Amino acid sequence: MEENTRQMTPEEEKFLQPRKPVRSFLKKFHKRKTAVVSFWFIVILALVAVFGPIVIHYDPNAADYTALLQGPSARHIWGTDEFGRDVFARLVAGTRLSLSVALGSVAIGAALGIILGLLAGFYGGVIDAIVMRGSDILFAFPDILLAIAIVAILGPGVINVVIAVAVFTVPSFARIIRSATLEVKEAPYVEVARSIGCTGRRILWRHVFPGTVQSMIVNFTMRIGTAILASSSLSFLGFGANVTEPDWGTMLSQGRNYLNTAPHMVFCPGALIFFTVLAFNLLGDGLRDTLDPKIQ
Amino acid sequence: MARYVLRRILSTIPLLIAITFLIFMFIHLIPGDPARLIAGMDATKEEVETIRENLGLNKPLLVQYGEYMKGLFTGDLGNSVRNNATVWDTIRPCFKPTIILTITSMIWATILGVFLGIIAAVRRGKPLDYITMVIAISGISIPGFWLGLELIQVFSVNLRIFPTAGLSTAKSYVLPSITMGCGIMAILARFTRSSMLENMKEDYVRTARAKGLSEPAVILKYAFRNSLIEVVTVAALQIGGLLSGSVMTETVFSIPGLGRLLVDSINYRDYKVVQALLLFFALEYIIINLITDIVYGFLNPKIRYN
Repeated sequence: MEENTRQMTPEEEKFLQPRKPVRSFLKKFHKRKTAVVSFWFIVILALVAVFGPIVIHYDPNAADYTALLQGPSARHIWGTDEFGRDVFARLVAGTRLSLSVALGSVAIGAALGIILGLLAGFYGGVIDAIVMRGSDILFAFPDILLAIAIVAILGPGVINVVIAVAVFTVPSFARIIRSATLEVKEAPYVEVARSIGCTGRRILWRHVFPGTVQSMIVNFTMRIGTAILASSSLSFLGFGANVTEPDWGTMLSQGRNYLNTAPHMVFCPGALIFFTVLAFNLLGDGLRDTLDPKIQ
Repeated sequence: MARYVLRRILSTIPLLIAITFLIFMFIHLIPGDPARLIAGMDATKEEVETIRENLGLNKPLLVQYGEYMKGLFTGDLGNSVRNNATVWDTIRPCFKPTIILTITSMIWATILGVFLGIIAAVRRGKPLDYITMVIAISGISIPGFWLGLELIQVFSVNLRIFPTAGLSTAKSYVLPSITMGCGIMAILARFTRSSMLENMKEDYVRTARAKGLSEPAVILKYAFRNSLIEVVTVAALQIGGLLSGSVMTETVFSIPGLGRLLVDSINYRDYKVVQALLLFFALEYIIINLITDIVYGFLNPKIRYN
């Protein structure tokens, strides 16, 4: 028998190599410089949120009546507020609160939205109609307005802000995951699972759900930026954290009374909110372009 | 076309009923006794009962909803507890500032957003494209209340060009309009760019170039003209969000518009006014979307046949 000795072409060798999705993702992601910078900015923020209050030697709530409304100096690098409290220390402490509110609300909203979207897309019929009409109703209120309405009902406070932001996050996830589910459930591997007798529940959670993860990750990242904007807006309006708590939106709201004498009280928290939201939006854009080039 | 319009209008009716019910339930969803909350903790039992009577809270829920809907159709939205005037009289003076702000914001945001989008598409991959897109994503990410305060700091406090608050002169609208339109400008810049990039790949653009037309003529008469319907549609869809965005801008600039009235009414627990404002914002959002859909269907036959 004649032995086949033909050498494989580089393309054939490349094709036969085992696929490494994580490495391939990282390679593509690294080409998006703004997304990489944003990712590291968010990592630093997360580290600040976790370790910042331990490392900073200033108590964010300690008043110093000898240093009221001071501008940035060697002692207080981002100045002090109307009670002489260190603005930098308060912003560091506020990072934990602001990120927790945003992450918490998006996580709750995403969990509910993902379940509803999966059920609506997979089972269709009455479930789909109920979920989609419910989304239509919530979408009839622009984001911030819905959050204000919910806080108006529940009253001010951090927990109520989390609930308000979570509620307006649900329909966005439900719609995106529903459309991803509709696409994935027609894929050949789902057909195969169905034909070998897998139950509906198993197909949904073992085969369809992992197929929607990409859409989930992109939307999750984007919604954190929106959640930070919404929660700081609510705090700015006086519906969020208590005025004594070091929250970015609340600090900015208090600073507006001293715009003439201490502009750093508005500039510093505002700039931090802006760069954080920008980082999440740029990261979301980068992830979307890397994970799903179709929707660029 | 008539069938398409009718279908779109009919599909909106259940949504409108659901919205009115949800907003009607607003007072009932408040934890505790709303009459006691409005009256205050030190109010007498009689005062609380009077408020309960005025709000109709002692009647069965369905009767209350029936009366609420009847009030909506007859223009009777109840009374404001803050100034004893009717809700309509409380809201009416606030329309003008909000509508003027919305229109001025929309005009500058659309012109600049579309212009930046075209520049970015034409200079794709060049520094101008990156700069434009950085401006656009910054516009989406910037908190409106911070931008407003920084504009006040620079142009009102330091340079003394514009007033810090209120609506005393035409100049008073400049800074709030910039603040309010920033996000829309950014959305439109991004959308125009992607729509233009799609159209610039089309055969008719290549044909126009092959005919020897100048590049500006190819871009404006062929590529942009075909993006225009979509861009205008997206711009129109932003109006609803823009009106409700007035909440932040009007609070920062102390403008007596609908947005600021909403915040003040929540703080004063003037729930009838809050209900009326929420209904107004939701209705205008739905109606603008409906009109945009119908106009888009009229301009783009593919949509109405689908």
